[in-house]
Amino acid sequence: MKKNIITVVGLDTIGIIARVCTYLAENQVNILDISQTIVQGYFNMMMVTDTSKSPKDIGVLSKELASLGEEIGVVIHCRHEDIFNKMHRI
Amino acid sequence: MINIWEVNETSKMIEQENLDVRTITMGISLLDCIDADLEKLKQKIYEKITKKAARLVAVGEEIEMEYGIPIVNKRISITPIALVGGAACRSAEDFVSIARTLDQAAREVGVNFLGGYSALASKGMTPADERLMRSIPQAMAQTERVCSSINVGSTKTGINMDAVKLMGEIIVETAKATKEEDSRGCTKLVVFCNAPDDNPFMAGAFHGVTEADCIINVGVSGPGVVKTALEEVRGKDFETLCEMIKRTAFKVTRVGQLVAQEASRRLEVPFGIVDLSLAPTPAVGDSVAGILEEIGLESVGAPGTTAALALLNDQVKKGGVMASSAVGGLSGAFIPVSEDQGMIDAVNAGALTIEKLEAMTCVCSVGLDMITIPGDTPASTISGIIADEAAIGMVNQKTTAVRIIPVIGKGVGEVAKFGGLLGYAPILPVNAFSCETFVARGGRIPAPIHSFKN
Repeated sequence: MKKNIITVVGLDTIGIIARVCTYLAENQVNILDISQTIVQGYFNMMMVTDTSKSPKDIGVLSKELASLGEEIGVVIHCRHEDIFNKMHRI
Repeated sequence: MINIWEVNETSKMIEQENLDVRTITMGISLLDCIDADLEKLKQKIYEKITKKAARLVAVGEEIEMEYGIPIVNKRISITPIALVGGAACRSAEDFVSIARTLDQAAREVGVNFLGGYSALASKGMTPADERLMRSIPQAMAQTERVCSSINVGSTKTGINMDAVKLMGEIIVETAKATKEEDSRGCTKLVVFCNAPDDNPFMAGAFHGVTEADCIINVGVSGPGVVKTALEEVRGKDFETLCEMIKRTAFKVTRVGQLVAQEASRRLEVPFGIVDLSLAPTPAVGDSVAGILEEIGLESVGAPGTTAALALLNDQVKKGGVMASSAVGGLSGAFIPVSEDQGMIDAVNAGALTIEKLEAMTCVCSVGLDMITIPGDTPASTISGIIADEAAIGMVNQKTTAVRIIPVIGKGVGEVAKFGGLLGYAPILPVNAFSCETFVARGGRIPAPIHSFKN
């Protein structure tokens, strides 16, 4: 399993989750967990995903997600889960 | 499982607070390239560097993409060239030709700097050490990516005052050789006391003779992250402040450790050390001076600056040491002037002088760094400044360094511009009283009494 964490931050609008999830489904990325909240009017979401079945490598997924974010008006990043685990877990 | 708040904290550090891995530096030993024939030597050096570091930049970019963390620089450090070129170089010009080969190799593999055009002369100079030192002005002028460093003293050996005297002259010559670019050559030249063998940061990186054939060292950074974290504890006591610095340094260093291990695994090169340093850049918010001001100073340079820097440096180490399996290099806070907007502002406001900077170097990880002085400063005065710094390092058993730029044709009140990570700096006044007779004595300052520990 290749776990990557996708973060989506930006002004709240209708259909953010739908657009991101559609992209992930089309690219065979499995969503393992989603947390979402609104902080001071800002939409804030993180998804734990498994990208091992995707035909695209992580570099391509990251770039495509970033440009999808630009279309929706939010910022999307995709990072390997280890960077979070190392920083926050001993 | 990691939660959304933790994920947001990490993302914010990277996206808004300039958290990055400052450098992945590959240390390459050139001892097995030694040859009495200069052409053969240069060929072997070029081949070894371009072979070992062929994938360095690509792997760095791969890690950057996968982990979503910027890795600002990919660099190379090599065995001090005075040792490698000693048998082949009959003149300073021979050494300069090696510098050109190194520059070509750096260009070929795509690294922005290569460090190790160096000599270790803390007790005495061999003819090769001296030739290399005399070749530095032309080597710095004729190359773009080669960095030079000279170790002129250590706690164990004392200070080689002949080398100190010579380096004062060499710095002036280097400044003159690159005067069209605000004496830029001097930004690539560092004079050390107690130089570490495994420093990944430029311009002082070299691959010590005690090291393995090839290793990966990583330098982390993150002044912006520490500054933002400290905004949460404004007005709280020192214990709370220190705890916050430690926790933040831990998190920053863990990222460095992760990147170091990944780079080491993918390049199939052993992991050396993580250098826990707060290295500023001219970018807004990426300033060590900003941290000191957040601790409670109106401006860096105010009374209290040395104490604030001492606690910052110590807490960074305490937090970082636990986060990494091997710590080394310089490890501490860097206080360069031209590379830190807060320091530049303090100089412009009249709050920060060379004398205060010298005091600060007693408690931080390096020394007088990226300081521009008037172009007509005598070589003996520069030697005096180097001797003062070396004395601080020797007596306190720590690394100190001088990277000072006499900007030819410019004086106090003017600005030297270097561009990029090197930034720009207002020219600082230097004490005009002479130390020429002191420097002219020659010889060696013996090692201090507390170095005799056997």
